[in-house]
Amino acid sequence: MQLVLFLIFAVLCVAGALNLLFQRHPINSALSLVVVMMSLAVIYWTLGAEFLAAAQVIVYAGAVMVLFVFVVMLLNAGEEERTTGSRAAYIAGIPGVAAILALLTYMFMHERAALGYATLGGSLNHTTSNITEISRVLFTELLLPFEVTSILILVAILGAVVLARKEQ
Amino acid sequence: MNHLTPFQTYFLITLLKLVVVLVLTLTAVAYTVLLERKVLGRIQNRWGPSRVGPFGLLQPLADGIKLFLKEDLMPLAVERPLFVLAPVIALGCALISIAVVPFGALTTVKGVDIFQVSDINIGLLVVLGITSIGVYGIALSGWSSNNKYSLLGSLRATAQMISYELALGLSLVGCVMRSQSLRLRDIVDSQSAHGMRSWNVIGGLQIVGFFIYLMAAYAETNRAPFDLPEAESELVAGYHTEYSSMKFAMFFMAEYANMITVACVATLLFFGGASSPFGHLIPDFGGAIVQAVLPIFWFVFKVLCFLFLYIWVRGTLPRFRYDQLMSFGWKFLLPLAMANILVTALVLAIHG
Repeated sequence: MQLVLFLIFAVLCVAGALNLLFQRHPINSALSLVVVMMSLAVIYWTLGAEFLAAAQVIVYAGAVMVLFVFVVMLLNAGEEERTTGSRAAYIAGIPGVAAILALLTYMFMHERAALGYATLGGSLNHTTSNITEISRVLFTELLLPFEVTSILILVAILGAVVLARKEQ
Repeated sequence: MNHLTPFQTYFLITLLKLVVVLVLTLTAVAYTVLLERKVLGRIQNRWGPSRVGPFGLLQPLADGIKLFLKEDLMPLAVERPLFVLAPVIALGCALISIAVVPFGALTTVKGVDIFQVSDINIGLLVVLGITSIGVYGIALSGWSSNNKYSLLGSLRATAQMISYELALGLSLVGCVMRSQSLRLRDIVDSQSAHGMRSWNVIGGLQIVGFFIYLMAAYAETNRAPFDLPEAESELVAGYHTEYSSMKFAMFFMAEYANMITVACVATLLFFGGASSPFGHLIPDFGGAIVQAVLPIFWFVFKVLCFLFLYIWVRGTLPRFRYDQLMSFGWKFLLPLAMANILVTALVLAIHG
């Protein structure tokens, strides 16, 4: 069951990611990214991380990407022109992508034993909710990093307000 | 049924539940439209639909036939795939959230809970997530129509829904803190001890949270007094100006299905869900079947009260101005919701 779900949504995820690159209209690309995020959320859920899945849908697919789509709609961005691309992209890009892929594959294969048994909580039964686990870790051991991140986000919001304000 | 494996039994009962819930929800949507027209008629001192069937009860059927038989116009300049996809997203998201709502007390038949389609331990987050995806239906419909009124309407709707989603989510945190779970069944159970006295809105002192939820939910479903996306004096018909026939009907049904979902969530979180308001004051009467059906009666009754309130508000209040709407959401509802969370957390920390 989990394998079937994984196969369906992994294929959907990769197809969405490829579509994101090949589409020429920004709004189609943005929507492909939504598909990628939703399929990732389903994969998280099958791994037993239901809180992460919900957060992924609510925060990324529901808020961040809506703003992306919103901006694309407001700017009325047209279709992109297809060009042959710069030479630097071919010379440095393709080996770079191959190197990153090789590195990732090596790391995953090397750390296979540790990765294979990662569970975050009782997956689909109600024994332990992983929200309880996450909040315990977040508000006891990682309290300081959590607060610092909050202040960082607050600073970013204030910065955006300052930048957006008109000169008087 | 002995020759079926447990999985097959589970699968068949779940399928049956899905069909029944879907049919009931769609019927409820149709009759909510009729209820709205009837009650609005009475508020405006006229009859409302009264010709088709006794008391106009067959009017939804006639409307459905009319919408089915209308010509499906597709303007030439639309973005075709997205134009077709948008109403599907809107209606799909509106109908999916019903799946996590527990309609009655926990009643199992062959190990399957028959009054709830799926019992998920993050049920509340699922409802919020699906609501936030529903925005795409409206955003895409306006953009793909290639019409400035549609685009303006959908921009208004999207901005409004993103803004009020925050207040909506934060207003529910108080209830979640009281029940210490995001599972809707647990939230209902935490309010069922002493009838009305243990409901979150009364005993739980979440009345502030309830009013924030109510206002945010009206804005979230684009209903009066927050129905600027469909302000007909400014925007023709808002985001569904270019839609006709069944595609228009899908937006229409999505709006009313969202109303029902919002009413269900309000009932579950603040009004004790399917539990009786009298608690154990009245001794149990009737057999097992009456005891199983009575909670459903209470649930439907509470949801109907919310739908009536929706219509009453629409018939009474005038529309907001757009800047008022935005500053109301960001400068009043959001801080109030945060203050509500802080006070609830303090009280729980001291007493709990």
